[in-house]
Amino acid sequence: MNKYPAWLNAFILAVLLAGCLFALPNMYGSVEAVQIADIDGAAFDDTDLAEFVMLVEQAGVTPEAAFLQDGRAVIRFDSTVDQETAGATLKEAFPREANVAMTLAPKLPDWLRKLGLRPMSLGLDLRGGVYVLLEVDMETAIDSRMKGYQQDFDDRLRDARIRHRVDLVDGTLNVRLTSDDDVEAARTIIERTDQDVLVADGADGRSLTVRMSEAQIKERQDFAIEQNLTTLRNRVNQLGVAEPLVQRQGVDRIVVQLPGVQDPNQLKRILTATATLEFRMVDQSGDEPGSRRYPGRGDTRSEVLKRQVIASGDQIIDARTGSDQGQAIVSITLDSAAGERMLQTTMENLNRPMSTVFIETRRETVMRNGVEEQVTVKTEEIINTATIRGVFKNRFQISGLTPGEARDLSLLLRAGALAAPVYTIDERTIGPSLGQDNIDRGFNAIKIGFLAVIVFMALYYRAFGLIANVALLSNLVFIIAMLSILGASLTLPGIAGIVLTVGMAVDANVLIFERIREELADSVSPQVAINAGYDKALSSILDANVTTLIAAVVLFAIGTGPIKGFAITLLLGIITSMFTAIVGTRAIVNIAFGGRKLTSLPI
Amino acid sequence: MRLIKTKTSIDFLSQTRRRVALTISAIFVIVSLVSLSTRGLDFGIDFTGGILLEVGYPQAANLEEIRTGLSDAGFEDAQVQLFGRDTDVLVRLPPQPGQSAEGVRERLQAVLESGGQDIDLRRVESVSAQVGSELAERGALAMIVALLLIFVYVMIRFQWKFSAGAVAALAHDAIVTVGFFSVFQLPFDLTVVAAVLAVIGYSLNDTVVAFDRIRENFFLLRGVSAEDAMNTSINEMLARTLITGITTLLVLIALLVLGGESIAPFSIALIVGIIVGTYSSIYTASATALALNVSPQDLIEPIKNPELIDDLP
Repeated sequence: MNKYPAWLNAFILAVLLAGCLFALPNMYGSVEAVQIADIDGAAFDDTDLAEFVMLVEQAGVTPEAAFLQDGRAVIRFDSTVDQETAGATLKEAFPREANVAMTLAPKLPDWLRKLGLRPMSLGLDLRGGVYVLLEVDMETAIDSRMKGYQQDFDDRLRDARIRHRVDLVDGTLNVRLTSDDDVEAARTIIERTDQDVLVADGADGRSLTVRMSEAQIKERQDFAIEQNLTTLRNRVNQLGVAEPLVQRQGVDRIVVQLPGVQDPNQLKRILTATATLEFRMVDQSGDEPGSRRYPGRGDTRSEVLKRQVIASGDQIIDARTGSDQGQAIVSITLDSAAGERMLQTTMENLNRPMSTVFIETRRETVMRNGVEEQVTVKTEEIINTATIRGVFKNRFQISGLTPGEARDLSLLLRAGALAAPVYTIDERTIGPSLGQDNIDRGFNAIKIGFLAVIVFMALYYRAFGLIANVALLSNLVFIIAMLSILGASLTLPGIAGIVLTVGMAVDANVLIFERIREELADSVSPQVAINAGYDKALSSILDANVTTLIAAVVLFAIGTGPIKGFAITLLLGIITSMFTAIVGTRAIVNIAFGGRKLTSLPI
Repeated sequence: MRLIKTKTSIDFLSQTRRRVALTISAIFVIVSLVSLSTRGLDFGIDFTGGILLEVGYPQAANLEEIRTGLSDAGFEDAQVQLFGRDTDVLVRLPPQPGQSAEGVRERLQAVLESGGQDIDLRRVESVSAQVGSELAERGALAMIVALLLIFVYVMIRFQWKFSAGAVAALAHDAIVTVGFFSVFQLPFDLTVVAAVLAVIGYSLNDTVVAFDRIRENFFLLRGVSAEDAMNTSINEMLARTLITGITTLLVLIALLVLGGESIAPFSIALIVGIIVGTYSSIYTASATALALNVSPQDLIEPIKNPELIDDLP
């Protein structure tokens, strides 16, 4: 009685060893490192790595280790000074081709790294950094699409010589016609332009209303989010942050997490900026249809500009800052289509003035009828107007900005424009000192709490208490191993979850041991008591764990931020503790006491 | 070592004791509800929206000076308090309508730095009121969904009278724990919601273990009244209930003392909840089931589970 077959013992041992192996990377701590990533996301190879190392060594710094990870090069150093020297050298050598980020890398020995093992990552509250939750302004995204339709319909109806007027009111286009006879013709033209829009008769029988279908709205929203994700990733990459996270959340939100970033102000200015440019011809006659007056920025004169846009921000493929006679300039490169249009325009309009319009969108809270309301404010200002002196195509320069603005703008133009403006709705910055404090305090709490439970269990259940303690320790190892495998982040609430699990994991053993005591009190033989104790306690243990599991799963599914961090460790802890407390302790008990004649149990 | 002797026979569920327990529970729940409706909770910015700054000073911080500086700069509604140490200061501001969060934060930072001290900006959080109310809604939703699922699970595993008992106990624990935060005006943030849910999980754990034994005894002790069978079960489980409570409290006290200020509310919620939960799994859960006239017949189903019969000695 009370013998596990050899294969089961071997299996348990194997699982335990695997747990130790996966948890091992967490024992090494981390060191200063520089991470180099290709700006276009391409993977580096060994030749690239050798080149980086050579550059660093030429700067007089000896790397502690250098290797490739996920296509990026990681070079580790022994000191912050070395890291900074190497980082500066590399940044200077590859100002455009690569992102060089200062980071901390786990100090893993080569063999562990080659096995693909990694330590669990630490959440922002433990390592410091910035968390920003952005909301994408869908109304503006939809509105800009509707404006596109407005212009399309306007052009087509004019081409068909139908007298009309198209207005955009609250996301709906009102197409007003002068004659009843034109209604059907206009409807055909509109439907032919885009067959998915919803066209309805207006109230007066002489107009049409056009809306986007649900599917189109959804598609437009998805497009706006996807486009914004790409743009934000590009922008984050431009900032040179190691291990950034840019992720969609829900219908209209984007989470950005940047570990180690200390200055949230610059970061947010870059992330949420919508600054972009448009190039338009000045309407010298001042009365062309669709022309309107734009204010000038600072000393720049206001002008009446034509409706047609020659080129806009999303057609700019490169932008660099420079200076010309002490003035900040941005060198622009257009894509080929816009380049052609620019060539055409400059050829036809020699000696006529063209303006550069700087466009920015931001959200403001205003009081309207005593209620707070968020409104989108769009600023469009002319930053310069110049006479076209010669023909040019896709490369040219603009001026009229301060050096700081020029630098931010060129970064933004390079990274691409946001398809719709984004606004910060939740932002958390944790300084590095607090992160370190949280780690120290959290681990201290785990250590002391763990010790208290271990001492208590050993005193209370003697030999069986020691066995439960072995299970408890392996449970801790398993939680850490699982977190490392899953790549889940450990947060402060996560540590609290581990601490709680330590307290609760002994419950299963308490149930079993109390049951064994009861059986012994009923004068059952020790071997039978062990068997009965484990058997009878099982259903209670399962019921109890399933219910806690329900709570943990709900927390994980519905919770956000700190709640999720807590739920993940609680969830893992419950699962691993069932294995260690039931199967694990039984194996040890069987080896220690099974199959022998016993008169009493040390319990 | 034994905390209590193996076979206790305390009459937990006698008429008088049940009445006393009911009175105590009723008082706790009523005090909690009254406090919740009159004093409310000291919601953190997670729920209200607003701006929070945690700042480390090189020496002990002068709160009066900081308060004066802030109110001179137009932040009359700023709450300033020490956070764990006398060098750490926490500043909280409600949402500022008509101003951008960045602007407010930069001005705040400027005021705090104006003393000429080299301050360490340890934490900055700025939550919009909209996200705040969403987080509150999701927290409440999580609580309701968890209670519902648990009710269903206990109903499937046991019977609805037990389910009602379990959920009564859980609601009792949740209300009293949250009520504790209201009575003492402790900061109530997202981590506390997580803690209350963990309390629900824990307390249920206790309740279910007791129910499990009650079910077993309903089968074993034929001809004994439901009340006596339940009493026996609670007595048999008493050692386990206390030991698990003690080990869990040990680690939580370590967490409260060593874990730092930011998870102190979490630790307090769990400590209160586990004490209340231990009490309620003895009294509230069983007493409710008993009040609903639970009887062994409720659990005995005609030959549905033959293996179970085989297991009986």
